[in-house]
Amino acid sequence: MSRVLVGVKRVIDYAVKIRVKPDKSGVVTDGVKHSMNPFDEIAVEEAVRMKEKKLAKEVIAVSCGPAQAQETLRTALAMGADRAIHVEVAGAEYETLQPIHVAKILAKISQDEKADLVIVGKQAIDDDSNQTAQMTAALLDWPQGTFASKVEKSDAGLTVTREIDGGLEVIKTKVPAVLSADLRLNEPRYATLPNIMKAKKKPMKKVSAKDLGVDLAPRIKVISVEDPPVRQAGSVVPDVDTLVAKLKEGGHV
Amino acid sequence: MIRQFSQILLISLEKHIFINNLKYSTSALPRFSSEKYSIKRKNFGSLHDADLNYFRSLLSADRVITEESDVLPFNIDWIKNCRGQSKVVLKPKTTEEVSQILSYCNSKKLAVCPQGGNTGLVGGSVPVFDEIILHLGLMNKIISLDEISGALVCEAGCILENLDNHVREHNLIMPLDLGAKGSCHIGGNISTNAGGLRLLRYGNLHGSVLGIEAVKADGTIIDCLRTLKKDNTGYHLKHLFIGSEGTLGVVTKVAVHCPALPKAVTLGFFGVNCFENVLELYKSAKSSLGEILSAFEMADNGAISSTVENLKLSNPLGDFPFYVLIESSGSDEGHDNEKLNRFLTKEMETGHIIDGTVTSEPAKMRNIWNIRESIAGAGLVDGYVFKYDVSIPLQNYYDIVLLLRKRLGNKATRVYGYGHVGDGNIHINVTTPEYTKEVYEMLEPYIFEEVAKVRGSISAEHGVGFRKPQFIHYSKDETALHLMHGLKHFMDPNGILNPYKVLPD
Ligand SMILES: Cc1cc2nc3c(=O)[nH]c(=O)nc-3n(C[C@H](O)[C@H](O)[C@H](O)COP(=O)(O)OP(=O)(O)OC[C@H]3O[C@@H](n4cnc5c(N)ncnc54)[C@H](O)[C@@H]3O)c2cc1C
Ligand SMILES: Cc1cc2nc3c(=O)[nH]c(=O)nc-3n(C[C@H](O)[C@H](O)[C@H](O)COP(=O)(O)OP(=O)(O)OC[C@H]3O[C@@H](n4cnc5c(N)ncnc54)[C@H](O)[C@@H]3O)c2cc1C
Repeated sequence: MSRVLVGVKRVIDYAVKIRVKPDKSGVVTDGVKHSMNPFDEIAVEEAVRMKEKKLAKEVIAVSCGPAQAQETLRTALAMGADRAIHVEVAGAEYETLQPIHVAKILAKISQDEKADLVIVGKQAIDDDSNQTAQMTAALLDWPQGTFASKVEKSDAGLTVTREIDGGLEVIKTKVPAVLSADLRLNEPRYATLPNIMKAKKKPMKKVSAKDLGVDLAPRIKVISVEDPPVRQAGSVVPDVDTLVAKLKEGGHV
Repeated sequence: MIRQFSQILLISLEKHIFINNLKYSTSALPRFSSEKYSIKRKNFGSLHDADLNYFRSLLSADRVITEESDVLPFNIDWIKNCRGQSKVVLKPKTTEEVSQILSYCNSKKLAVCPQGGNTGLVGGSVPVFDEIILHLGLMNKIISLDEISGALVCEAGCILENLDNHVREHNLIMPLDLGAKGSCHIGGNISTNAGGLRLLRYGNLHGSVLGIEAVKADGTIIDCLRTLKKDNTGYHLKHLFIGSEGTLGVVTKVAVHCPALPKAVTLGFFGVNCFENVLELYKSAKSSLGEILSAFEMADNGAISSTVENLKLSNPLGDFPFYVLIESSGSDEGHDNEKLNRFLTKEMETGHIIDGTVTSEPAKMRNIWNIRESIAGAGLVDGYVFKYDVSIPLQNYYDIVLLLRKRLGNKATRVYGYGHVGDGNIHINVTTPEYTKEVYEMLEPYIFEEVAKVRGSISAEHGVGFRKPQFIHYSKDETALHLMHGLKHFMDPNGILNPYKVLPD
């Protein structure tokens, strides 16, 4: 294995309170702090560890998005990626960018760069689609190891432990392959100062979807974005009997 | 799924709070303070059924807590050191109720212990004998916020973190922040003149508190609740209630000046080789970062190890003798980053910084602050913590930790120092499997003598409370103490407010 490609998405930081736009067309992103999708951080970390273990020679980070996506790529470079590819998608096109587009972009770059492994986060914490890894694998016709919580080198390729409902599943796969990172795969490092400085000098290439021959026409239309229902206020009951009565009333016991 | 992810992180963030909540079930109760420290009860009245009936008629019955197990948590302080023997907790909802309670107690000479969030670290918030606990938690209403001047008016029982969240919605922040923010009350903060993590930037509460409403021991309501920055009409009475730890009156409402919410915040966490370099870094940060420097905190290796080992938090850096946390807050990210980059590049070159990480991402900043804020609670996991909070001139700042390590040898599990270097304030924690008189006597008064030698303060921000009146003379001379006694007598002639606290006999 020589080259690992990781997809990194710029999303609203998870410590920030999300606000729905008054016209319900989406959420407010202007002036809101963004950072790398936490699952993508895990993907980068895994790729960098593979490089440190000499299982990989080069790690390439790819991000599709507006100019600020370069900040996210710099973070990936500071964590240890070797170079970055910024696929510029801005304005209205970015607002309707969907997993199918990103998967096509990642598939095309994987072929162009002769990647042996693609790692992405299992999902992005903004749109929660959980589709990019699967679609990328399908487009490339490569095997996939999704929801990975452990990745080890084995003779023929990789042994991947997957988080599935009710337990773990261990699979073996050949490379090239596509993996998606689950929460327990690793604990991503903080970018250290010397590496943040070095990252500023690492190469970053900018391309457009058109250069890659990917059509960004939306396949899905967002009709409305709504706030989750507000949790109802609790009430204090005077004693256990009332509590039990209430629970029975609500059909909870 | 977003929720699931952040929940998992939150679980690890909140472990320390969780540990605190478990304290009653996992370990033996602390001994009664009166026995542990051989205190004699003063000549106050004792509580009778008639008194309870009066309180029940004044407040509703559910705001007069008498069930022993319900009263217990109010009798024990946060570090499980002090334990009082109160039989009743009163929970007023209005200033008038506080006034009526005090007026009644004063006439019957019943002693009262005002209590906020009970996070105080010097035993001031819990009774020593059977003082009535006056808990302000139900006085938690926000009254007004002036977005132009930044004046927030609220009741004393508001939790600091709730206030901070509220004012942030209006692009303001509270002028103070501390590890206990999720539990402590603004009234408790004012009564202890709490310092905390933003003091370097916004100064102490004597500057930020605009007005106070308080109730004197005899029930008189003192209304100094103005929202003016400037008011030179006569004596500055509000200052009497800032830092007097519930001995001069009960704070019921406050007006606080909230500064503008900084638009650009960056946090760095650095590994440093020796204490001299921590000081060099501080000097350089002040001159290079200037007005954007908003926090400069340090922790030694032992302090960070205690959070890593006891709370399983992860340290973003490798092993270093000292760690420094530097925060910048400003209004323009571009401008701030330029300054920061120049500063960091220079300090990496000088070697004052060996390694570090810098981030502007809110979630990462929260995780890094959490490491710093968790130090206060991490030591409890070792069993018992002797906590000291002193101000020392910077050139002597860290010496005391080294002296104590040598003095205690293997009698202590850990001896570590951390704190607000920018304010000359160091916290020293000594952990042991359990409280022992032997260690106590090796620490006190030794530590206070050492602090007095360099004209430091034996209590920088936690106050005097129950634990330090006998040592206050190390920092206050006789004439000052005489004046304090005179003021106390004038404000509270029967001495019912928080007896056995602050003033030496
Ligand atoms: C041109 C001009 C501009 C001014 N601008 C401002 C301004 O911008 N802001 C502002 O707040 N004020 C301003 N002032 C008024 C201000 O109060 C005084 O200038 C200054 O603070 C008083 O200092 P002083 O030493 O002159 O005191 P004095 O005028 O001598 O005394 C003022 C009061 O303090 C008492 N006093 C003085 N020294 C002591 C001491 N050591 N111990 C105890 N009591 C003492 C005196 O008994 C008196 O009651 C201005 C005055 C002038 C003339
Ligand atoms: C994890 C942790 C971190 C901390 N960090 C800091 C820090 O960085 N800086 C710092 O300065 N302190 C710090 N502290 C201690 C700090 O003094 C308290 O957290 C806080 O200021 C006290 O508020 P409280 O509401 O809990 O008051 P309590 O503990 O309930 O009371 C403290 C004192 O104030 C009195 N009091 C409380 N409310 C009133 C009232 N309304 N009227 C009159 N008297 C009242 C009590 O009688 C008592 O004497 C920390 C504590 C913890 C547990």
